[in-house]
Amino acid sequence: MRKNNIFIKWIVNIFFVFVALIALFPLISLIVSSFRPSSELMRNGISFSFVWSELSLRNYIHIFTESSSYWQWYGNSLIISTLTIVLSLFFSSMVGYALAVYKFKGRTIIFLSVLIIIMIPFEILLLPLYQLMINLNLINTYTGVMLPLIVAPVAVFFFRQYAMGLPLELMDAARIDGCTEYGIFFRIMSPLMLPSFAAMAILQGLNSWNNFLWPLLVIRSNDLFTLPIGLATLLTPYGNNYDTLIAGSVMTIIPIIILFIFFQRYFVEGLASGSVKG
Amino acid sequence: MSGLNIKNSEYVHETPNQNPPPSGRKKKNNSLLRLLNSKKVAPYIFVFPFILSFSILTLYPTIQAFIMSFQRILPGQVEFIGLQNYERIFNQTFYKALANSTMFMLLTVIILVTIPIILAILLDSNLVKSKTFFRSALFIPALTSIVVAGVIFRLVFSESDQAIANQIIGFFGFDPVRWQFTAWSGMFLMVGMAAWRWMGVNVLYFLAGLQSIPKELYESAEMDGANLFHKFRHVTLPFLQPIIIFVTTISIIGGFRVFEESYVIWQGNSPGNIGLTLVGLLYQEGIQQNDMGFGAAIGVVLLILIFFVSMIYLLVTGAFKRGDE
Repeated sequence: MRKNNIFIKWIVNIFFVFVALIALFPLISLIVSSFRPSSELMRNGISFSFVWSELSLRNYIHIFTESSSYWQWYGNSLIISTLTIVLSLFFSSMVGYALAVYKFKGRTIIFLSVLIIIMIPFEILLLPLYQLMINLNLINTYTGVMLPLIVAPVAVFFFRQYAMGLPLELMDAARIDGCTEYGIFFRIMSPLMLPSFAAMAILQGLNSWNNFLWPLLVIRSNDLFTLPIGLATLLTPYGNNYDTLIAGSVMTIIPIIILFIFFQRYFVEGLASGSVKG
Repeated sequence: MSGLNIKNSEYVHETPNQNPPPSGRKKKNNSLLRLLNSKKVAPYIFVFPFILSFSILTLYPTIQAFIMSFQRILPGQVEFIGLQNYERIFNQTFYKALANSTMFMLLTVIILVTIPIILAILLDSNLVKSKTFFRSALFIPALTSIVVAGVIFRLVFSESDQAIANQIIGFFGFDPVRWQFTAWSGMFLMVGMAAWRWMGVNVLYFLAGLQSIPKELYESAEMDGANLFHKFRHVTLPFLQPIIIFVTTISIIGGFRVFEESYVIWQGNSPGNIGLTLVGLLYQEGIQQNDMGFGAAIGVVLLILIFFVSMIYLLVTGAFKRGDE
């Protein structure tokens, strides 16, 4: 019986090594290939059979010295993601907090609408929102890209669930000390909600960093492209930009993987709460 | 979704009556401030940004989507054309997109529910060493953007016989496949990309569900002589059911919404429309052809489709029934 058990353990562990390989292999092969000549990649794709001696930093040197639009896209993505995180956390946390700690008329209906928005597929809003952005003159602006992400229903929901666990006695104590309702939130309660802010910062940051369909509609000019949109323009079968494409792809994911290693817990919480996407 | 306790009155303090507002000119300013700071008004100020954005960015566009679907929209000229957009929808291209999206949805639901359950159960057992590593390894693909995933899949599944996918099948004696050019392999690429990216997230959902099962249940089942299969069937599955329903529902919705997986492989021009999806058709007609009324009608059909399929699923699984049977 015991021998049998050890045998099963071996099989299961080998199976998981295999699964982990499948999960990580695409990324590893991308990183290795980014050191290969781009012409070779364009012709033959990612291949097992490559010559070690042809590995070089050429693609990276190209991206650092010649491809100025890549860094422009990088900057755009950084600005848009940072602003989205700051603004959406600010607004969503206020709403989630109020839904959790106050009793007021309309609370139930507001909470229900949060749940309804989570369930409405964004695609149905796509054309009306696009029309709205045209009418508001927000096409081809940062604001136009960020606007639909700013009050994020998933984040509101998450903050509300988190704020339900806050010690309400603190509020009364603060009121007696003369603290305003807003002071209570900003100075006393929001520091207590810090872990939820971390999880939502990661969810919103990742959503915004990887956002594709909406910026594809809103942004028109090359100098305002975000990383995914910019890289997608290089995805042509005849492209001679594979050096930027492949080294650029690697540099898009490396910062996120580094962040993931340091803040794993918040990544797991954030994504598990918010990936309402198949 | 029993966790969404909407009323939840035990957390909420009663609002005491405000003091009568003091009179006098100087105090008037003061009382406005006090009103803004009262427990009655403060929550509305907190939720105001949400109400504003909900009205402008969700409520209005949703209504507008239905209105647009009955219109012909040309620059500077909008006219109501009744059901004409809907009459135009049902043609060969639409059925192709519908078939592709439905097939993608079915395959991703099957793959992204069954395999994560198995992986989660194995990870939760004491058979596996270094669980954290395996969990993280599975999770990392979820961090990659769809465009990077597209770059990788295009290069791994390149038509060249030197590319990895063709090298592997060549090793087993098959001829190289032109992955991006035939219907079945195109679907395989899209489903593979989605499965690769979302597997780890779904494993996390199921792991969370498994950790809520009391261990004593397994022990008492063992004492009653239950084997592995019995334990899975009568202890694990019933406890996981709410999470299975949740993951299946979001996979159904996400499956019908497929667009990006197709776009990063073909940029909207797949040979013989093998990669055309409903959202892809909406994008093509509404944005590229600038026929917004027709695009909006496709969106409405998509919404109705998603609504009915997920409702039917939830009814069949009894997710709306309250209490235990």
